[in-house]
Amino acid sequence: MIHNTLNKLRFASYLMLTSLVFISCERELSDDVVDATFPSTADIYTDNPVGLTDEFFISFDPADGANPEAFDVDDNESYMGSSSIRIDVPSPDNPNGNFVGAIFRDRGEGRDLSGFDALTFWAKGSTTGTLSEVGFGTDFLDNKFPASRTGVQLTTDWQKYVVPIPDPSKLTQERGLFLFAAGGLDVVDDEPNGNEIGWTFWLDEIRFEKLGTSVLTKASVFNGQNVVQQGFVGSKIDVFGTTSSFNLSNGQNVDVNTSPGYFDFQSSEEAVATVSVEMGSAEISVIGSSGSSTITASLGNNEAEGSFEVTSSGNFLFAPTPPEREPSNVVSLFSDAYENEPVRHYNGFFLFATTQGGEGNDPNDVDIQFPRPEGGVDNIINYTELNFVSIGMYENVPFVDASNMTHLHLDINVRDESVATSDFIRLEIESNTGTGSPAGGSSTLTGPNLQPNDWRSFDIPLSNFSGNIDFGNVSQLFFVSDASISDIYVDNVYFYSE
Amino acid sequence: MKTFKIQYFSVFILLALMIISCDLDETQEVVTINNLVWSDEFDVDGAPNPEKWSFDIGDGTEEGIPGWGNSELQYYTDRTENVTVENDVLIITARQESFQGSGYTSARLTTEGLLEQQYGRFEARIRLPYGQGYWPAFWLLGVPETIIVDGEEVLEQWPNIGEIDIMEYLGDEPTSVFGTLHGPFFSGEESITKEYTLERDRFDTGFHVFGIEWSPEQVNYYVDDVLYQTITKTDVDEETDGEGVWVFDRPFYIILNVAVGGQLPGPPTPETVFPQSMIVDYVRVYE
Repeated sequence: MIHNTLNKLRFASYLMLTSLVFISCERELSDDVVDATFPSTADIYTDNPVGLTDEFFISFDPADGANPEAFDVDDNESYMGSSSIRIDVPSPDNPNGNFVGAIFRDRGEGRDLSGFDALTFWAKGSTTGTLSEVGFGTDFLDNKFPASRTGVQLTTDWQKYVVPIPDPSKLTQERGLFLFAAGGLDVVDDEPNGNEIGWTFWLDEIRFEKLGTSVLTKASVFNGQNVVQQGFVGSKIDVFGTTSSFNLSNGQNVDVNTSPGYFDFQSSEEAVATVSVEMGSAEISVIGSSGSSTITASLGNNEAEGSFEVTSSGNFLFAPTPPEREPSNVVSLFSDAYENEPVRHYNGFFLFATTQGGEGNDPNDVDIQFPRPEGGVDNIINYTELNFVSIGMYENVPFVDASNMTHLHLDINVRDESVATSDFIRLEIESNTGTGSPAGGSSTLTGPNLQPNDWRSFDIPLSNFSGNIDFGNVSQLFFVSDASISDIYVDNVYFYSE
Repeated sequence: MKTFKIQYFSVFILLALMIISCDLDETQEVVTINNLVWSDEFDVDGAPNPEKWSFDIGDGTEEGIPGWGNSELQYYTDRTENVTVENDVLIITARQESFQGSGYTSARLTTEGLLEQQYGRFEARIRLPYGQGYWPAFWLLGVPETIIVDGEEVLEQWPNIGEIDIMEYLGDEPTSVFGTLHGPFFSGEESITKEYTLERDRFDTGFHVFGIEWSPEQVNYYVDDVLYQTITKTDVDEETDGEGVWVFDRPFYIILNVAVGGQLPGPPTPETVFPQSMIVDYVRVYE
């Protein structure tokens, strides 16, 4: 009997032991477990490329100046093993291209890099040149997760370099394994002005690693700023300034340009604005006709610094569609309806001018490209802090011949400000700028003819302009408000004949 | 009888299986000194327990060692901003602020006069800050004895009192700590020291256990479950060509502090993030 009891006890203790084993060893599967279906190969280049596409070196576009001949494998130089990658950075006058830049792409469907936390490689330079960019995540296909360091200075001996992965959990199928770019070495100044010289660097032992020794110290969106901006229903705003910062095991702090694809975005009012992430870029869409939403982001478990507060101003008022005219009867400076004459600038940023906006000379890339419901965009100039500004047609572009035209047309929308009777926008036309015989004259739009938050169309007979303008050689059209009106949209600026 | 043996055998297999498959215990002991005689688990919020800790205040000028003998930049206070117990941990925070002529504030706690013990195991579980200029430490100083110099009774001075640095750390080397012995003829740059570097981890991203086992013959240094340095009486002899004196047969007291700047780490840079804290989960002393 006693013996039996002992046996029972013994049996019970086996059971306990067994259950202990089960209890202590059991790990529950997380809800978001996904079968890893892509290889987690770490190596990219050892003595040979590992699992890369046959072309191995996929150059940046030679049309942009990338030199596809700068790449080689060097069997006489290596950090480890028998060979390394040798890059001969071209000089500015190299006929094959003045910089080198390329990616290495996985030859398969991509790798699962979620178990790593950094790209590492060894490099040395013929001199202490700088890699303008080095990273991963660019595959020239989807480019979902680019991440890179910039301005990485090499030494003349072999050193190990680390590019931390902003959030490894995102990289479950990545084809963009390595990216680098470098230009000539400039020992005189920092300007790319043709005085750079070629140099050589070597890369070896390129791989992903689980270092465990880098720590994320900061994540930023919108460059860490708290941006406040107005929008309209249908406004699309690109998320910008996405970076992450890491402290490495050697104490060095490094910044990683981090694709928006790594971030998770939150909108405080989903009914006002939403954020969509696609192909490595993120876009805020205003969908509500009123109210505000603040867009914030997180990188992994870390809240990013920076936010974007957008307030909806309701529906966008597109500029009026100008009356249809024979193109031969129109000389256009800025309009989506007609072919535009080339201009030197939409804002010359002259001395004493406070006016902002109108930068550049591309009519399809000025201040506002508002998407039209029927497709395409409405290009609009938005002058702010206006005192005076000109559209210029001189120097590097021909004067405009409006000698057969009878009118100047333009549409103006004064933004959120009241317009007093005494406010004005004086239009001044100058001809033959810079020739020694310039001439000018003006015509003034007065306050009562302008309406805040609404478009007004003007058709001004050229005969209304004072002065002795040579309309065969029109060289500038000025908008002068003397700060009486400061924020305007401008569209459909053209001469025409009746 | 036979059955009995088999049954036991299967128990052993089960036990072995358990150990092999489930051994996740990373706090494996390397020590034999297990009689807990003093500890602070920091489980009462507020100021540190005055029965266990006192403060060194100031920049060392009052002690006759401005910059605490190392050109350090901080002014030690006992303000809540610099030292507090919260959520079961002691938090010593270094701040960048103008205070009493210094550019930084921090705190230095000591058990001087409260816990002074000879030999044993001293251990603390700590998470450290990062960045150039941070110099936190968990260390021991010897209690000075009265000696006769030129017929006058005076207290012994450092390094004759001895110093056992259980853990020192520089914020620009976030994966390394070092353990050191200082004594007569082996102090400062001549001290006997060794660095320990984590392979796939850092000291600022989680807690680690720092400890020594101190016996009449030697001091063992460990981090977590890794014994990385043993310094014996013979080592002191050999390292100092016989000049060094083993001064570690006396009671020592504990110091916890976060220094900023100084000869060893150099000053902080604009990139150094302030404030940051040394977080102490517990301090335990065994005999």
